[in-house]
Amino acid sequence: MNTQAQYLKAIYLAQQQADGPASTGAVADFLDVSPASANEMIGKLESRGLLEHEKYKGVDLTDEGIQQARDALQNYCIIERFLVEVLEVEQFRTEAKQLEGVIDETVAERLDTIIDREPQCPDCFDAEDDVCGLLDVEAEVTSD
Amino acid sequence: MSLRAPIASDHQLARLLQIGIVLEEVVEARAEKHAEATQDAEVVAMLEDAVAESAEHRERLEAIIADLDAETVPFDEIQTLVEAQYEADQDFDGILYDQLCNEETAYKFYDDLIGAIEASDADFGVDRTHLLSVLETIRDEEADGVEEVTELMEDYR
Repeated sequence: MNTQAQYLKAIYLAQQQADGPASTGAVADFLDVSPASANEMIGKLESRGLLEHEKYKGVDLTDEGIQQARDALQNYCIIERFLVEVLEVEQFRTEAKQLEGVIDETVAERLDTIIDREPQCPDCFDAEDDVCGLLDVEAEVTSD
Repeated sequence: MSLRAPIASDHQLARLLQIGIVLEEVVEARAEKHAEATQDAEVVAMLEDAVAESAEHRERLEAIIADLDAETVPFDEIQTLVEAQYEADQDFDGILYDQLCNEETAYKFYDDLIGAIEASDADFGVDRTHLLSVLETIRDEEADGVEEVTELMEDYR
């Protein structure tokens, strides 16, 4: 997953949490980057027609931006679920974030052939908990 | 270019190699199932080659992982997972297309992994030159695999 996809996913989740436009600060927090870096990338994404940015109001994904963000979130869900179900990784959130930059969507699609993912993915993703709401990870949550 | 690449530690490298092994296991298990589902001698031969090649790639990756003190997922576990979701009624075109996806995915994975290792300045617990040489050889064999399946698909058109 490239930088653009990671930004779109973060904006999508920040918008869900805000139930409206996302602040650039929230996007920067999601990605653990500086607000200046986030601002720069948001400008690029706006010029590509993937979002609208209004000063003092925040960032709003366009339909195309939403589609790409949902694809990116789905890939992320596949990586997390694969780490939990197949490799039994306890620190799967941290590792999924490390891996998402190296695991391309075609690779994620293949990993998807051996995991149990629900058809409503990625709507079941819980942004607060940073994991699919349908994935049984109670033990991992407490050990994180 | 991504936000959190490149690979910064042996742990991350081992995890990616583990994923590579699982991908090879998926290829191996799916190609085995495909070979059972078709009668065409040429396609069966291609699939059997793919199975053998994946097993060989897996062994090469396992040798590196052992040097990093990491474990791998046993093949029979992945085989069970593949079988649980395998659609047995795949037609001939579906089998060739799936095998093409297998080869293309593996190629993309190794190509990205090589790029991430080259972009990293981490000091790994395995010899970097050897590591890259193994991965480049595997990647090139996957590229040959893509070509082979594509040619076969064209022959059957």
